[in-house]
Formats: sequence, structure tokens, C-alpha cells
Amino acid sequence: MTDASKGTLITGVIGSDTHIVGNRILSRALEDAGFTVVALGALTPASEFVDAAIETDADAILVSSLYGQGELDCRGFRELCIEAGLEDILLYVGGYLVVGDQPWDSVEERFQQMGFDRVFPPGTRPADVSGPLAEDIAARRAERAET
Amino acid sequence: MALALLIDFGSTYTKLRAVDLADGRVVASAQGPSTVTTDVNEGLDAALANLEGAMGGAGEFAHRLATSSAAGGLKMVTVGLVPDLTAKAARMAALGAGAKLAGTYAFELTDADVAAIVAETPDMILLSGGTDGGNRKVIEHNATMLAASALACPVVVAGNRSSAETVSAGLEAAGKTVIATENVMPRHLELNIGPAREAIRQLFISHIVHAKGIDKARERLDAVLMPTPAAVLKGARLLADGHAGAGGIGPLLVIDIGGATTDVHSICDGEPSQSGVVYHGLPEPYAKRTVEGDLGMRHTARHVVEAAGDAAFTAEAGLSIDEVATLLQRTEDDVEWLVENAHEIAFDRALAATATRLSVTRHAGTLETVYAATGPVTMQRGKDLSEIGCVIGTGGVLVHADDPAAVLTGALAGADAPLSLRPRQPKLMVDADYGLFAAGLLADAAPEAALALARRSLRQLANEEGEISHGATAAH
Repeated sequence: MTDASKGTLITGVIGSDTHIVGNRILSRALEDAGFTVVALGALTPASEFVDAAIETDADAILVSSLYGQGELDCRGFRELCIEAGLEDILLYVGGYLVVGDQPWDSVEERFQQMGFDRVFPPGTRPADVSGPLAEDIAARRAERAET
Repeated sequence: MALALLIDFGSTYTKLRAVDLADGRVVASAQGPSTVTTDVNEGLDAALANLEGAMGGAGEFAHRLATSSAAGGLKMVTVGLVPDLTAKAARMAALGAGAKLAGTYAFELTDADVAAIVAETPDMILLSGGTDGGNRKVIEHNATMLAASALACPVVVAGNRSSAETVSAGLEAAGKTVIATENVMPRHLELNIGPAREAIRQLFISHIVHAKGIDKARERLDAVLMPTPAAVLKGARLLADGHAGAGGIGPLLVIDIGGATTDVHSICDGEPSQSGVVYHGLPEPYAKRTVEGDLGMRHTARHVVEAAGDAAFTAEAGLSIDEVATLLQRTEDDVEWLVENAHEIAFDRALAATATRLSVTRHAGTLETVYAATGPVTMQRGKDLSEIGCVIGTGGVLVHADDPAAVLTGALAGADAPLSLRPRQPKLMVDADYGLFAAGLLADAAPEAALALARRSLRQLANEEGEISHGATAAH
């Protein structure tokens, strides 16, 4: 991360999911928006998001899932981060997270309870992510500076 | 006739080769005892007297170069952050520089870790951690711990560049010798071990050669350039790639079985050979060396049998379990033991083939099929060695084996590990005149002669079907 960067992000598609196109577009757009992006690509196990975040001292992990198995793949993700010493890292998740026609509110709540700070529905535009992300990172840094 | 004198100060012998610089021919070979513990010159004198005898007079040498594996070799400890990332990159850098690893550490060092490192009395530490601009906390913590320790050896710093100055200053203030160089993993999954390897080599020349007492012979040498395993790796690379784009034999694998350890070197890009396979994880070096500290012919023979399993080993050797037990005891009672009768020869061959199979399996990459929603996807971790053209045995165990082809066959792809990317149909060869070490040593001073030397040393072996090839595949 250079001083000019708005923060270092880890992006990737979790689990046995090969849908990479949307994730590439998102990663590229966030880079253009001034973030440092470490893009892990498709088929990424949860542990590799965490390993990458440790080495790069990342501010946030952005998990994509587009094949309906996201709930299984993301279970225990926050705990994995806590075990690795990343207690206060920002976690975002987005995509087609569950199978079937479930109300978005219940999906969002379920992933928030799993420890994700923000949950994004299908059809999210990159600009919908970069704004909140910059604010959240700035807030975390301010908190850390106080302690 | 312009000659080069190439010397290996080994742990048992001082080995010499006189090489004709015009055509890479070994004019004479000789050896003397290893006398590093007293005065390195004594063994060198004895070896030189033997060489003069073989040459029929004293030679005039245009180059006098040496490697060293004496006095424990180059013993290193590596420290990184995440085990599969910078800690692994640091390990690969040290092994590529010819080191013997006395410990590899990840995450924050504890007091107990530092005590264990000090107790190992390493010759050098390689300290890494964090991508450039990434984690600083852990490498800075580890530097502070090492600075406060009783450790006297030099430290190569090759981590997060944002921390390099802080880390170096802290270690220097505590009186340590430090070389700071580029990060072994500057960006996530970007391997950059060349600069660290070069820093290790510089420190080896400037500090370790003196610390080991080898510099007592300095007036009789141009330089002690590198640890012996680094010369083998360099020689292997020259043999594969050729010089100035010509004369190489292409991707290859080198196996060197010793009494305690087995070294494997691969020279190839290792990228997937089948279409549709996705590479996963930290890339591995083009010239990659691994050392298996638990696989050798004598000191660690019991581990070889244990790792293979009694049933597999007895089947491989054609011996009963009791016979194997008796012979294993012998390897421990007398590490210098040389086999004589047919049973003993079969035992040694099985040990060597098993050490080869296990060490190449650990060196090679693997495939894994993941069932994605869109269908199966094949992922590769590590290097794909399946298309490698030559598997070469070097070192005494393989060169003097009664049936080296049977031993080297252990390196090939097989049903024991179907997802292991070991070589499929390589030529099997031995480095009959110990030419790889010599070629690596001579590679910078006289690359063409060095390449010819390596090629002349190769002998192709009959392959599995029993097709015998000509004796030497030799020179141009």
C-alpha cells in the first residue's frame, strides 16, 4: 500500500466457484477508485483470503460468491480472521449468496450475524461499494489511532 | 593448454578436477582428506600431490575456484510471516543458495524460538515477512527479538521494504552484520528470490568462508565462490539452458542421494503441461532445489523405510522383514558401511530408489480436481515436472550404484501417487565425473568450457524397457 492508497483490499471468489468476470470488474474498478487491490481470483479457499490479508496488512476482505453456496463457504470466516489476529479487519460479502428466492433482508441479516460488516445483493455496482468502503476504512483507522 | 583447477572442500574429501578450458575435458581428477577442522591446506596439499601424479607434473592454472560443503555446509535459519507465503519464499531462497536449513519459522518469534535458533548456531539468518507496504509488525518484532539475542551470525533482511531500514538499524545497533536486499515476495504471490540468494552468496564469500577456516587457503585460490549445492544447481541450470541460448539439453531433474539427506534440483518453468489446468498458490523458482533431511542411505535409512512402510519396502527390496531389520541396524552401527553381497546390494538399491521416489514426490507439484458448479476444475500446486526430458543422478551413491537406472526409475510418475506431477518419460542419466558441481563453479569464468564439461560427464542409462543407449552422450 502506498501512502496515496485509500486502503489495501483482498478480493476473490470463495469456494468451488469459477464465476470470475464480475469479480475482475469489481477489482479493476476499485483499483481505479484509488484502492490497492490484491485479487486472488476464482476458486479461493477462505484460508487464502486470510493469508493474503496478513502478509499485505489489508484493511478489508471482499468475498464474492455467485453460485448459491456462499452461506456454506462463508461460515466461520470471521472466526478464521480472529484466530489469525485480524480481529478488526473489514469483511464485505456480495453476490448470489443463497439458493432460491429468499427475502434479501433475511440473507443480509444472516451474513451480518456471521461477522460480515456489509452484505451486497446481486446487481451491485462497483460505485455502490467504493463509497462505503472508503468511509469504513477511514473509520477503522481513526479508531485504531485513538487506541 | 589453459587449465582450470576446480576444488570441492567437502566434509569427507577435498576433491580436485583439472579441466581443459579449450574443450571442457577433465584432464585429471584427484582427492585428499578433508582437513577443515585443522588446516584446510593439508588436505589440499595431499590432493594436489595426487593431482600432479595423475597429470605427470604441476599444472599452470588460469582459474583456481572452490566450493565448500565442509564444516557443516552453509547452515541457515529462515524466518517469514505466513507459512505458505513469505516463510515459504524465504525457504526457497535459502535452499536455492545452497544452504542446509536448521530451522524455518513463521509468524512472531517467541523466546523459546529464539533460544532454539541460538542453540542451532546457524551460519546465517534470512529474515523476511510482509509484502512491500504490507505487514510491518511481525518482521519488526522478529528483528527486535533477534537483535536482543546472543546470536552472532550475519542476517540477510529480505522482507517488507517499508520495514527494511528500521529492521536493519535495529540489528546493526545490536552489533549484528546485516545485508538488506529486495523482498522475497514483494507483492502477493510474486516470488523474487534472486536478490536474497545473491546476498546470501556475498555473505558466504565475505564471512562464512573465513568463519569455517577455509580462507587459510586463500592465497592458493582465486575464490571460494559458493556452497557446493549451489554449484550443482548452477551447473544443472547451465546444462539445461546452455550458454548464450545454445547447447543446452532442456528441462531436467537432478537427484543427489547422500548418507543423511537427498537433494533434488529441477530446472524448468513447471507450468501446467495440460490445457485447462489452473495454477494455484505461490509460484516456484525456475531453478528449484529441495533437500530432504530425513531421507538418506545411512544416518536416516530407518526414516526411509518408515516413510515407505515395511510392506512396500520389503517388496521393493525382495527381502524379508527380518533381513531388512538386520541391515537397518547395520546402517546405524556403521554409517561408512559398504554393501557386498547380493542381499545387501538389493537393500541399498531399494533404499536409494525409495529415497528418490519420496524426495521427487515432495519436490514435484500435484494436481487436485475441484468440483465447481460449472463442472470439474483441475488445480495445480507446485511445479509440473511431467514433461522433463532428463533425470540425472549425481553424487557417489548414484554414480557407484550397481543399477542406477533402477534407482532413478523411482523418480518417475507412477501409481503410488497418481496426482503427483513427476517426470513421465525422461531419459535416465548419471553425472559420471561429478561434472555438474564443476560446471557450476566454472560457469561464470568460462561458460562454454563449463557447459562442455557438464555434457561430457553425462552417461545415458538403459531405460525401463531395457533399451540400451550408447555410452557417453557427450560433447558437441
